[in-house]
Amino acid sequence: MQWEIVVGLEVHTQLSTKSKIFSGASTIFGALPNAQACLIDIGFPGVLPVLNRDAVERAIKFGLAVGATINPVSIFARKNYFYPDLPKGYQISQYELPVVQGGSIKIQAGHYGSEHNKNIRLTRAHLEEDAGKSLHEDFDSVTGIDFNRAGTPLLEIVSEPDMRSSSEAIAFAKTLHSLVRWIGICDGNMQEGSFRCDANVSIRRLGENTLGTRREIKNLNSFRFLQQAIDYEAQWQIDTLESGGKIQQATVLFDSSKRETRVMRNKENAQDYRYFPDPDLLPLEISQKWIEQINNSMPELPMQRSCRFMAHDTTSYADALREQFGTKPETNPDILIKQSCHMATVNDIHKIYALSAYDAAMLTADITTADYFEEVVKIVGNTHAKLCANWVVGEIITRLNQESKIIVVSLISAQQLAGLLLRIVDGTISGKTAKDVLNDMWNSMDGVTADAIIETKNLKQVSSKEEIERIIDEIFFTNPRQVSDYRNGKVKAFNFFFGQVMKATTGKANPAQVKKILAEKLIA
Amino acid sequence: MLNSSLKQLSALLAQKEISSVELTCEFLKRIKALNPNYNAFITINEEMSLAQARNADAIIASGDAHPLTGIPIAQKDIFCTKGWLTTCGSKMLSNFISPYDAGVIEHFNKIGAVNIGKTNMDEFAMGSSNETSFYGPVKNPWNIATVPGGSSGGSACAVAARMAPAATGTDTGGSIRQPAALCGVSGIKPTYGLVSRYGMIAFASSLDQGGPIAKSAADLALMLNVMVGFDPRDSTTLQREKEDYTHDLGKPLDGLRIGLPREYFVKEMSDDVARAVEAAITEYRKLGAKTVEISLPNTKLSIPVYYVLAPAEASSNLSRFDGVRYGYRAPKYTDLNDMYQKSRAQGFGAEVKRRILIGTYVLSHGYYDAYYIQAQKLRRLIAQDFIEAFKQCDIIMGPTSPTTAFSLGEKSNDPLRMYLSDAYTIATNLAGLPGMSIPAGFGNEGKPVGLHIIGNYFSEAQMLNVAYQYQQVMDWHAQMPFTQ
Amino acid sequence: MSLSLDDVKRVANLARIEVGEDEARATLAQLTGIFSLIEQMQAVDTSAIKPMSHPQDAVQRLRDDVVTETDQHKLFQSIAPQVEARFYLVPKVIE
Repeated sequence: MQWEIVVGLEVHTQLSTKSKIFSGASTIFGALPNAQACLIDIGFPGVLPVLNRDAVERAIKFGLAVGATINPVSIFARKNYFYPDLPKGYQISQYELPVVQGGSIKIQAGHYGSEHNKNIRLTRAHLEEDAGKSLHEDFDSVTGIDFNRAGTPLLEIVSEPDMRSSSEAIAFAKTLHSLVRWIGICDGNMQEGSFRCDANVSIRRLGENTLGTRREIKNLNSFRFLQQAIDYEAQWQIDTLESGGKIQQATVLFDSSKRETRVMRNKENAQDYRYFPDPDLLPLEISQKWIEQINNSMPELPMQRSCRFMAHDTTSYADALREQFGTKPETNPDILIKQSCHMATVNDIHKIYALSAYDAAMLTADITTADYFEEVVKIVGNTHAKLCANWVVGEIITRLNQESKIIVVSLISAQQLAGLLLRIVDGTISGKTAKDVLNDMWNSMDGVTADAIIETKNLKQVSSKEEIERIIDEIFFTNPRQVSDYRNGKVKAFNFFFGQVMKATTGKANPAQVKKILAEKLIA
Repeated sequence: MLNSSLKQLSALLAQKEISSVELTCEFLKRIKALNPNYNAFITINEEMSLAQARNADAIIASGDAHPLTGIPIAQKDIFCTKGWLTTCGSKMLSNFISPYDAGVIEHFNKIGAVNIGKTNMDEFAMGSSNETSFYGPVKNPWNIATVPGGSSGGSACAVAARMAPAATGTDTGGSIRQPAALCGVSGIKPTYGLVSRYGMIAFASSLDQGGPIAKSAADLALMLNVMVGFDPRDSTTLQREKEDYTHDLGKPLDGLRIGLPREYFVKEMSDDVARAVEAAITEYRKLGAKTVEISLPNTKLSIPVYYVLAPAEASSNLSRFDGVRYGYRAPKYTDLNDMYQKSRAQGFGAEVKRRILIGTYVLSHGYYDAYYIQAQKLRRLIAQDFIEAFKQCDIIMGPTSPTTAFSLGEKSNDPLRMYLSDAYTIATNLAGLPGMSIPAGFGNEGKPVGLHIIGNYFSEAQMLNVAYQYQQVMDWHAQMPFTQ
Repeated sequence: MSLSLDDVKRVANLARIEVGEDEARATLAQLTGIFSLIEQMQAVDTSAIKPMSHPQDAVQRLRDDVVTETDQHKLFQSIAPQVEARFYLVPKVIE
């Protein structure tokens, strides 16, 4: 029997505000226990919440980035349940009217070369407060509670059940992860819990339209666990149904050490959260003017940037945007680009690089990489965009991945890399030599320039025609037999002369130039 | 001096006829003598009160005095007061020394008023007789066999027995006005949103409002001047220009249209209350006011609506009392859930638990629409009735409570009957309107009757003047019980 | 809608309030009386009315994103039932 896996994700992103969503306590990670838990965060009698403007602004940014509706009025509600790390006995969240509704995210799933594009719809994104943390291991017979995290703003992003495999779920989670960092609303630090996923998993017979009974896997804090948990859960559901069992709606936990899911609570003892509008908070009104202000400050989004990187001219750029962001009646490419993108893009219309889809995808994986690339191109020149892309993708990103670093801490600045590429462009060094120079720059860590390394190591390419001719004449003089061999038809001797010239110049001669001059001289 | 108005006390202090320390000692002495009989105060802290009095004397000496600087004020034990035990009348908070001051307390501290003690109250302000307090019932000084009303019964008793010149209270369904009426003193619940709820332990957030209890309308105006004010820490306080609530005092009442709701003058009201209220209205006609009959057709639904909405909000507001971070924790338990269950079962009294259960039920799955949403819709109808009524009149009058003070224990085992004693006051909380009660004579057995005055939104200054004019021609408010 | 003993127990459990069997019965009787009063609400047709959750027709005020609080755990924990090494302690939570 053929089964189809159906996955929807709920992602809790911690918003990177300085203070908490309803109090003036700091949100910095890693403080001493309860040092950042103020009266409001601990839920003292009599204290009241007041909403942080920047938390709302971040939610609006997200809504704009995914093409969602920003509700002009949204409501905060109380979700009531008892848990020691939930100080008030309720969590302030949004229920019936969330701040962000709808929207979608495009993902590229599958392996390189066989990937497919897919649109994942979002149900909603709502603001809420995080809970404290329970420490179960550090004490003998008790649990310790740290309320530092309580009140940290969260944007809970809920997708539709649009994913059909764990790899699609991962692609969605990664795209979302990149997006929230791209627009600067969340630091994305998964170890610190800034980005946490719950997965709703169900299965159904292939071709069926109705959804199967779902089970929700809670608290998946890495992409690897997300993948493992979905794979395990889906297989468990398939096995259960194939052996004649039934799936009961439940909330489950994934045990990463045993690699299995285990029921936390089932439908019978499902929580009755008794949601109702929080009487301490008034309706949140978001004016069109505010939305426009935020819209004008939005960065160019990954998809838009990727379109631009791939475009050959404004027309193809506009076409790509039209395809990505839906058909618009507007036909004038300049106006379309203006409409589709944010202000920042408009100034960038001429910055188009005709890159491959692969390069564009790699370079727009995160905003720092994209900025880094454009910084390099700016110095090296638009006509060498492909060269820049090759080096950023093939060298910088590869090296960083090998050392599990991100570009923020890249050991080579955009200026350094550009300085190196300029020397390739002007023929001072060969691509091969450039890689050695890059190695030196990488290891020296003191921001040394390519020129300095070329100078000290005397790596400058021999490219003077007279110099190369002089060397060739010398070699001809000392090897008269090989000269006559060649002239008598032994063409293989060409490689011998080429090798001799390169040896004599310790590899610094421009190979193409050497070949050209050598050929001319041998014929003469 | 016990009967002096706040203005008179202020003058005595300003003229150095008496110091704040002396005044404070005077009232502390009286509290010590009377409180064992009346139980109006939960906490007295002589040392802290006197420290504030000394500070007040320094302010007065420096010439920076505010009208209430140095005057002892009794604070309802619902207001968190830094360094003071703040119990909210509950065993749950019987060990709660507040680490911070409520917005209202800050206002009093800022002008150098003296906190003379924390007054007894129904547990978490849930009650109409002060019998639900963990600290025992308060006695009505006019007749110690009867209740003082609730939930601000301690504050009303303290003012009536002249243990404090003025006091604070809170009003969710009548908790300032009903005890003021039963104890023969004046009290006003301002428009919702005027007084900060920050640090005022929540019962039902969308209904709770702080306000003063005092001997006269003029005193209430001075108290409101201190209590009202925007607080950035309370999202529901309103940003309005600061108002002087004494500015209307003295305006004639000629042409004032008094609305008399047909629904208020019904058989539920006892004869003695009816007589006193009608006499008061006759007095108002003499002062130049006209009366018009109005109708508040949905007001009869106030009690059912209130007993859905208030418990619903309360059930959630009181979830924080779980024995984890502060307050009572049961001495013995088997596990976390048992700790919750026992701490809350032992820490809360019967009425509080009853309301938490009602509130939990009406919010629970499958009942929310039928109860909670329906109640919110009716709340709108009730509020709209008032908007209509205020097109025909300037002020609404009626009885504050259907009866005078009832006997201790008379209704304490019959919650339903107890709830009905708030029949006249609840609708104003639902609408968010200001409401006031002033003494209007005495009913049977010499028990005080309160006249209920309801104004339009933000008409406190006008209401205070309406009460003030009456208090210029009648002296019910100046009468005090024989205290022992 | 009439209330059952099971409703009382279910609700008490949701509210984390321990009630004994006798107490539950007594509570049922009282709540039944109160709900008979509450049921009066059902007689009114409110289909065209918007629920009113707040007395004022105002909107939420927003705070600037500024850190104003300092570490006061000592003061706050001085009245806590059980603390150790800056943590609040509760009976072992089993997930």
